[in-house]
Amino acid sequence: MTGLSIQNISMRFDLPNGTSVQALKNVSLDLKEGELMSVLGPSGCGKTTLLNILAGFLAPTEGKIVLNGETVRGPGPDRGMVFQQGALFEWMSVRHNVEFGPKMKGMPKTERDIVTDSLLETVGLGAFKDKAVYELSGGMQQRVALARCLANDPDVILMDEPLGALDALTREKMQGLVLKLWKETGKTVILITHSVEEALLLGERLVVMAPRPGRIHKEYRLPFAERGVAADLRAVKKSEGFSETRDEILSMIWEMEEEIMGRSEAAV
Amino acid sequence: MTGLVILLVYIAIFAVSAWAVKIFVQRRQDKHDFTSLKTVTFGDESAVTPNRIASVVSIVTIFLIWGAFTGSKLVPFHVPGPFIGDTSFTYTAKNAAGQEDAATAYVTVHRIEDQATVPEIAPGEGFAKDIGAKVGAWRSGLIKVQSNDEGGNDDGYQVVAVDGQPILPGGEVSVADGRVSMTDKGTLNFTPKKGLQMEPIWMPSPEAVWNRFWEIAKNGYQNFSLAQHLGSSLMRVFAGFIAGSVVGIPLGYAMGLSGWFRGWFDPIVEFMRPVPPLALIPLVIIWFGIWETGKIILLFLAALWIMTIAARAGVSGVNITKIHAAYSLGASKWQIMRHVIIPNSLPEIFTGARVAMGVCWGTVVAAELVAAQKGAGMMIIAASKFQLTDIVIMGIVLIGVIGYGIDILMRIAEKWLVPWKGRS
Repeated sequence: MTGLSIQNISMRFDLPNGTSVQALKNVSLDLKEGELMSVLGPSGCGKTTLLNILAGFLAPTEGKIVLNGETVRGPGPDRGMVFQQGALFEWMSVRHNVEFGPKMKGMPKTERDIVTDSLLETVGLGAFKDKAVYELSGGMQQRVALARCLANDPDVILMDEPLGALDALTREKMQGLVLKLWKETGKTVILITHSVEEALLLGERLVVMAPRPGRIHKEYRLPFAERGVAADLRAVKKSEGFSETRDEILSMIWEMEEEIMGRSEAAV
Repeated sequence: MTGLVILLVYIAIFAVSAWAVKIFVQRRQDKHDFTSLKTVTFGDESAVTPNRIASVVSIVTIFLIWGAFTGSKLVPFHVPGPFIGDTSFTYTAKNAAGQEDAATAYVTVHRIEDQATVPEIAPGEGFAKDIGAKVGAWRSGLIKVQSNDEGGNDDGYQVVAVDGQPILPGGEVSVADGRVSMTDKGTLNFTPKKGLQMEPIWMPSPEAVWNRFWEIAKNGYQNFSLAQHLGSSLMRVFAGFIAGSVVGIPLGYAMGLSGWFRGWFDPIVEFMRPVPPLALIPLVIIWFGIWETGKIILLFLAALWIMTIAARAGVSGVNITKIHAAYSLGASKWQIMRHVIIPNSLPEIFTGARVAMGVCWGTVVAAELVAAQKGAGMMIIAASKFQLTDIVIMGIVLIGVIGYGIDILMRIAEKWLVPWKGRS
């Protein structure tokens, strides 16, 4: 059985003061191989907790993650991660960052070089192979992070706000690149973002999560990612249904935020 | 007194050169780089760059003051030195019979290191005879007129005036090139003017230090060559530093990676860290003796805690996303240690190594002051016992230069080995 299955995940942290936080409650999802899903929600809705459970960095208190028939028990090379920033190894050149995964697996150097070269060409950094990563701009560093993740040929790519620290122009370019890579490689991708627009553009499926306890509030199936593969992203933003869906989701998140604020004000 | 004068001169040169550079140098420069265009510089640390003219003037000033106050031949001007040469004063004596007679004392003031002869003086008229004497510069000398004058040893004989000024036992009068005081027994004591210059046993001139350096570089000092003295200090530092690193870095890593190790060693490290290595010298000598073992163990202890804490901080400083990324790329624990934790901690370890080398260098000198056959510290403590101040100063300068050199080398190594420091 292929695909990623999130089965009834719950997550409860005990706090030092004796109370506990329900970060996630009964979250279930199934992703087919090659699906692109974005996850959106107000702060504190458990998006990042969910991603850390998927990556295997956290063990859920209930439920389990099953990837291609096997239960996830810890981090592994079958689930690649792309972080917001700061995850590159600055003591290595661009090339050595990208070939890190294959090298750890023991892939011979000649093969590694082929993989590294082709991936760096794909992300547009062919000329920067031997640069130090700290010499690159933020956008270029995220390209390296994408290439490093792909070099390991994971089954699922988990992205934790990978474009959050970039300026608007670079971000738009990178969104195009993510779509291109998704289509070319056919990977299953889960992307967490704060930006509603990005979630719409980079999600065949879009999950909106609600806080306290963290749970799935609503799920959409969207045509924009597929449109974005073929057309310019700016055209997609003007295309039919985009702004309506965006407004709908924005008001939904607004309401959740208002509710949180109202609750905490009442508590005061 | 001299110290206060030196301080005032130093402050004056500081202020005047700052003003002069501002007027004559900076006005002419028509710089338009980013910093020079800033209008707010007071409080903007990034706009404060060291003025290299100031650095040069600062070093030159130290040598000028040093030379001017020690009578150096390298410096064109000097503060007044001690009186050297021939001088004289008259004195009036009263003999047992109550008669008064005047005579002159001729004094040759000479440098201590020069041989001088007592001037031959014709006795002259009367019972008070003219007298010759010699006195070393910066010293004083008794002018024994009693044994020179007729009836000088009789009761009732006494000197009543010097240069026409009355004087009593315990009193003092100023004469042309110094002061004449009278001891309680009535003997005259001449102190020539000392001027403001320092005597070589207090502060030798720069060229004296330089000459001594050449002499010791050629002939060695106390059975060992200069290279052996400095080399043995350096060897002790390296041996102690390497031993401290070999134990301290793995210990720091273990403390950064395991709660048991951290819990076990935290109290020990935190307790030992504030204990200055110098305080351990007595114990180390009791346990390990005064020879090489004791010194290297002392330096090992000096470096150990610094390196442990640096390595621990290096591990704690690893960004967790890097570790997560490495696990997600399939790295094993050992591979994460080798490819992520160790390289990520290197900048911290280098910072610690620079501190540790500085502390070790300071500690080795102190340890050699206590007991050693050779070493930089041994040279200066041995020289100080013979008042060979030029060797003491030479030793201090060499210790400073070597310590500075070590730090520069460490900084170069750091740039070369951890170019990513501060760039994440």
